[in-house]
Amino acid sequence: MSSGKLPVERFRLGMLLGDTRYRSTTVQVIAFIIFVAVVFWLVDNTVKNLALLGKDVDFSFLWMRAGYDINQRLIPYTNDSTHGRAALVGILNTLLVAFIGCIIATIIGVFVGILRLSKNWIVAKLMAVYIEGFRNIPVLLWIVMIFALLTEFTPAPKAFRGANPEASMIWFESTAITNRGTYFPSPIWGDGSIYLILTFLISLIAIFFFRRYAKALQEETGKGLPKFWISFGLLLIPSILIYFFLGAPVTLEYPYLKGFNFKDGIYIRNSLIALTLALSLYTSAFIGEIVRSGILAISKGQTEAASSLGLRPGRIMSLIILPQALRVIVPPMISNYLNLTKNSSLAIAVGYMDVRGTLGGITLNQTGRELEAMLLLMGFYLCVSLLVSAIINYFNRSFQIKGL
Amino acid sequence: MANISFVREKSIPQLPPPISESNTIGWVRKNLFSNWLSTLLTILSLYFVYICLRDFIPWAYGGIWSAGSLRECLDTNPDVACFSVIGARWKQLLFGFYPSEEYWRPILTFILLFVSVTPIFSQRFAKYFWFSLIYPGIAIWLLWGGSIWPVCSIYLTFVFSGLGFYIAKNQFKLSSGMSLMVAIISLIVFYLFIANPFVALFGYILPINLVVVESSQFGGFLLSMIVGFSGIAASFPIGVLLALGRQSDLPLVKMICVGFIEFIRGVPLITLLFVASVLLNYFLPPGTSFDIIVRVIIMVTIFSAAYMAEVIRGGLAALPVGQHEASAALGLSYWQSQRLIIMPQALKISIPGIVNTFIGLFKDTTLVSIISLLDPVGLASLIRADQKWNGIYWELYVAIGLMFFVCCFGMSQYSQYLERKLKTDNS
Repeated sequence: MSSGKLPVERFRLGMLLGDTRYRSTTVQVIAFIIFVAVVFWLVDNTVKNLALLGKDVDFSFLWMRAGYDINQRLIPYTNDSTHGRAALVGILNTLLVAFIGCIIATIIGVFVGILRLSKNWIVAKLMAVYIEGFRNIPVLLWIVMIFALLTEFTPAPKAFRGANPEASMIWFESTAITNRGTYFPSPIWGDGSIYLILTFLISLIAIFFFRRYAKALQEETGKGLPKFWISFGLLLIPSILIYFFLGAPVTLEYPYLKGFNFKDGIYIRNSLIALTLALSLYTSAFIGEIVRSGILAISKGQTEAASSLGLRPGRIMSLIILPQALRVIVPPMISNYLNLTKNSSLAIAVGYMDVRGTLGGITLNQTGRELEAMLLLMGFYLCVSLLVSAIINYFNRSFQIKGL
Repeated sequence: MANISFVREKSIPQLPPPISESNTIGWVRKNLFSNWLSTLLTILSLYFVYICLRDFIPWAYGGIWSAGSLRECLDTNPDVACFSVIGARWKQLLFGFYPSEEYWRPILTFILLFVSVTPIFSQRFAKYFWFSLIYPGIAIWLLWGGSIWPVCSIYLTFVFSGLGFYIAKNQFKLSSGMSLMVAIISLIVFYLFIANPFVALFGYILPINLVVVESSQFGGFLLSMIVGFSGIAASFPIGVLLALGRQSDLPLVKMICVGFIEFIRGVPLITLLFVASVLLNYFLPPGTSFDIIVRVIIMVTIFSAAYMAEVIRGGLAALPVGQHEASAALGLSYWQSQRLIIMPQALKISIPGIVNTFIGLFKDTTLVSIISLLDPVGLASLIRADQKWNGIYWELYVAIGLMFFVCCFGMSQYSQYLERKLKTDNS
């Protein structure tokens, strides 16, 4: 059997599956065919169903008059506005809840996560109870519970009336918590308030440059300036001086009781408060666990090495532990922000008009355009989530330990 | 040596630890009052606990269990809980509108659930795995009722196609691919031509029937359990496949899997549930309509499968590449190496994530109340719509919250136990 020629291999059909050279192509072709067939089947069904119902795919309803009111809005909107604008109001409402919720959740979550690691037994246990309690009960239940808390246990506006009222406003008679919502004082921007704002902005810029200078100074000479107190002073003193110099250009307008309800001031509905609070408390429990595991992920040797270099405990935390822990903490934290944003679609449980309430709720029901409305709705959420994924990926790339 | 005058021959007995270190006072000083900050925190926490318990304990402990309506409760004592609503409606909270003379069926299903998961979690009972396989059929029959034979015919279809595969492979010595083809063909043949006559024949000869319960009668924790556990059971294998697809070398398969996972993870579950309730009929052949609970289960399964895939992908990524290479060097095929080498390790790493996904899924079953299915949260508002219980909030919420807490907390504790048990400590 020493023939110089290799046997010429003829192609057989069985080799499509048996031969590793062809198998991957075969599998992919089969997968592609199945995929196309399924998509075709779904689209075909949809077209047939739409034809049966006498419908078409048409987005022109977005430019038609909506005809319904939205009680919580950030941009001008009346029931004469279009469905498109209603959707925009909803999108902004969703983003509002997401934005405030993320900030509150981060603050509480970091706090809870660090305190759970406290050496103080009772504090650590209390935080464990907080985290387990919020994590193991559905967020929808938290939303309706907090909403019930706000509407059932707060006084009605009329309780604030009379010489000897049952309820009174808090914070120097400025804020009224009622079962319809909370009324805050609103600022009135008088003449010259533009200078105040400008001063404030200039202080912020000054703080930025000061911190850069202080850092450079420390790198160069090792001298440390009291960064916090100087920044604090820079932030407040010029603005306060200008404020009195201009003769108090900004005043507060207090809400006051008129008839059965409060007038003036900023009015925030209970639905918004309940939703934001519930989402941020729920998410903060998850963030607390992330922060805890992030700190635990940094080995003890780092702390010991830092203290052997002579750093104080506060500096060890801010210069050694946190910068390393952040690498572990930030990506899951951002994905929790995303979860919060998606969970805000539960707003319907308390009647808050987010994008699912306007576009995916009333608009959908009024126009009967389920397919279009759901497509737009999903598109919106997908855009947000892809954007956030992109941010996470960017973060991961730029904060990866170099050379690993 | 001579200048050493004295060497102790026996070690002296150890002294007891200082009193400030060993007893309760020592513990308290170390853990509660070690410095001024800790002392401040301790006092604040104790005050907070006191505030919470001061109002809650008398409210809950003095709760009224035997009043006919909220009015009666308030007349007796307005400051305590009115748990009578739970006494009056606990059956509804647990079973929804399931007919009360059939309660033994969901209860039996629930008990059998534990029997069926035992072989999965315990090595000792692994030989009873066949029961885990037939459990879904039993559960469907018990819960929805009707004749037993349609469920049997589905199982027989699979048995028949498995038999086809076995015979083709062993008797006729066909290749795996061809045997698979035979199995699929026999599956279709059985389903199209034999299943219906079989059901009709046996339904005639041996009618084993249970009272039919409509899906609209399901509710309460029964509904949460059904949606939750079927979602959990179904999403796990799909999640594994999606994770493998995402890690695969075949660009097209990978692309499809990535697109699917990212799409599902990008939209809130509530929009998917809306798709299930209003849009799914568009995507199916005209005239098909099927049960709303099944539709919800499908959507919940798809949703958690995408999350599961990401968790398992994390586990796969954490495995050193040497494991793949070593299994290839041993001559294992792709599926063999996945089954014997890769998956057992990857799944072990991803246990916490998997259980978290399960817990999330179970909590998310409350969302079905938004598409007006009567899960516990939906039932709470329904009970409140009754004139007798109008205005009752906390008692119901506390009861529902407690039930969910017990289930979810139990699952998370079990996962921690599993993690400790499976830890090999060689990594």
